[in-house]
Amino acid sequence: MAIAPEKQTLYQGTRIPAPVPTILHVPEERRETGDIMQVNFGPNHPSTHGVLRLIVDLDGEEVVGIEAVIGYLHTGFEKSMEQKTWWKGITYAPRIDYVGYQSNELVYVLAVEKLLQLGVPEKAVWMRMLLAELNRIHSHLVFLGTSALELGAISMFWYCFREREMILDLSELVTGQRMHTRYFQVGGLAEDIPEGFYAECRKFVDWMPQALDDYLGLLDRNTIWLERTRGVGQLNAEDALALSQSGPVLRASGVDWDLRRDQPYLAYDQVDFRVPVYEHGDVYDRYRVRMDEMRESTRIVDQCLRRLERLKGRPWITDNRKVVLPPREELHTSMESLIHHFKLVTEGFRVPEGEVYVTIESPRGEQGCYIVSQGGPRPWRVHFRAPSFAALEATAACVNGALVADLIAIVGSLDAVMGDVDR
Amino acid sequence: MSEWVHTPGHVKDTEALGETTVTVERASIRAACAHARDELGFNVLSGIVATDYLGWGRPGVSGYIGTAQGRDINFPATQGLQTLPELKPARFSLGYHLLALGRDPRRVRLQTWLEEDETVDSVVSVWPGADWYEREVFDMFGIRFDGHPYLRRLLMPEDWEGFPLRKDYPIGGEPVRFSEAE
Repeated sequence: MAIAPEKQTLYQGTRIPAPVPTILHVPEERRETGDIMQVNFGPNHPSTHGVLRLIVDLDGEEVVGIEAVIGYLHTGFEKSMEQKTWWKGITYAPRIDYVGYQSNELVYVLAVEKLLQLGVPEKAVWMRMLLAELNRIHSHLVFLGTSALELGAISMFWYCFREREMILDLSELVTGQRMHTRYFQVGGLAEDIPEGFYAECRKFVDWMPQALDDYLGLLDRNTIWLERTRGVGQLNAEDALALSQSGPVLRASGVDWDLRRDQPYLAYDQVDFRVPVYEHGDVYDRYRVRMDEMRESTRIVDQCLRRLERLKGRPWITDNRKVVLPPREELHTSMESLIHHFKLVTEGFRVPEGEVYVTIESPRGEQGCYIVSQGGPRPWRVHFRAPSFAALEATAACVNGALVADLIAIVGSLDAVMGDVDR
Repeated sequence: MSEWVHTPGHVKDTEALGETTVTVERASIRAACAHARDELGFNVLSGIVATDYLGWGRPGVSGYIGTAQGRDINFPATQGLQTLPELKPARFSLGYHLLALGRDPRRVRLQTWLEEDETVDSVVSVWPGADWYEREVFDMFGIRFDGHPYLRRLLMPEDWEGFPLRKDYPIGGEPVRFSEAE
């Protein structure tokens, strides 16, 4: 090999612009000597992954100033969720980060369960993990396909979306929806796992490692890909922490941190997986972290599947009738069930007063959900700590000194989903 | 005696649902954040979240809620609260979620309270990542941060009037273009 250049070592000191950490201003001397051109990149540009607008100051090919302008996809989810009952809110959550939808749904449901102090059956815990990991693979496939596409590797897009389609089919099989499933309920799962799922999911688990080898074969020996990603858009560990980075971006900068391992939720302390950490903090390492994570996620899915196969016939949702709808057939025979059903559908359940902040490791990093309850049937305040929002804050630091062609690679590697950024 | 009593401006610290909330005085928030980072090892600011408590504990009386147009299906709470919640010291709360990232991870929420016309010190000098978090809070709640280098609206257009996440900001209040009503 050795066609691609050696990786640059990571810079010392800080590259965070001052005084505004998220805006790179054109230096005064460049303004006088250089030929500065201001370019609006987006908000409707095919490679901005949504409606992101970058105001870029160019001096020839070099980026000397940048400001990210967001808010084009602000839909007021947090305001809307204050108006809805607790369980109607579940429908909103996955639409925030529409690529890592299962994680949003999960973090919201976990936060409500924490306020309720509600236990969840074992089967639901393992199925939530399985779907969250499938969703992580899905999200990384979308990242990989689109990022490679932007750098000219068009075939990667088709390969990635082939595997993504398998995941969407699995999702449809279980939940009836390909995306935005609303399958996680407060207390467990909406429905039992269908019989055919186990075999189909097994096929996917057996297939995925091969597919990952194919991706590596296509990209990791591709000189153009290596030249365009290595040493580009670097972010060192201190800067990443100072800018509240999380997830793959942080791990690519050499910080060994994964909430699944370090602050376990669900049953992540009972599965075996490795946390990939790379140290150059560049576009290439972010891609490698996500590649390795897909392999690890496949292993977790495999372990969840083995566990779930032993849990066939077990309950998938808690039996607490104050929170969970009674089974349909009971409504014909039990007055009590009918009353519970009516109360839950018309008014919803009440959640005790309190405030919680729950965090999980979403495909993009630390997905947090802050909920304040007044003790009523609707939340007082719901706030999502969006990893994409934090990731875009690092744009100016990463782009510092880059070329305009690298800009696309860098923004792609931060993997921000605009729905998650703007909420 | 908890480790938090030495925090500048410490008012109280409470433990609920496994989470620590440290209430600090509004004037000391920057010093408290710097203290948590330098002395207690909270090296990451996970996020800043504001909450508007206007009308807290004053929901409609028990019974049917009717509106001028009849029953509002978006307000399924047909009964008042069963118990009145604990009253809050001021209208807005600001929560700083801190994380001590490392082998022994811990989380804490530094909380401070302020009224509508009050401002709070910016923590951008402590954590650069606070930049957008504070701008978002300003945009949504109108809380001003003293010393923020670029305090402008972040998500809403710059000429937007009002602060959407305040409780007195109406839902459906904005005009809908090309609608029948226009």
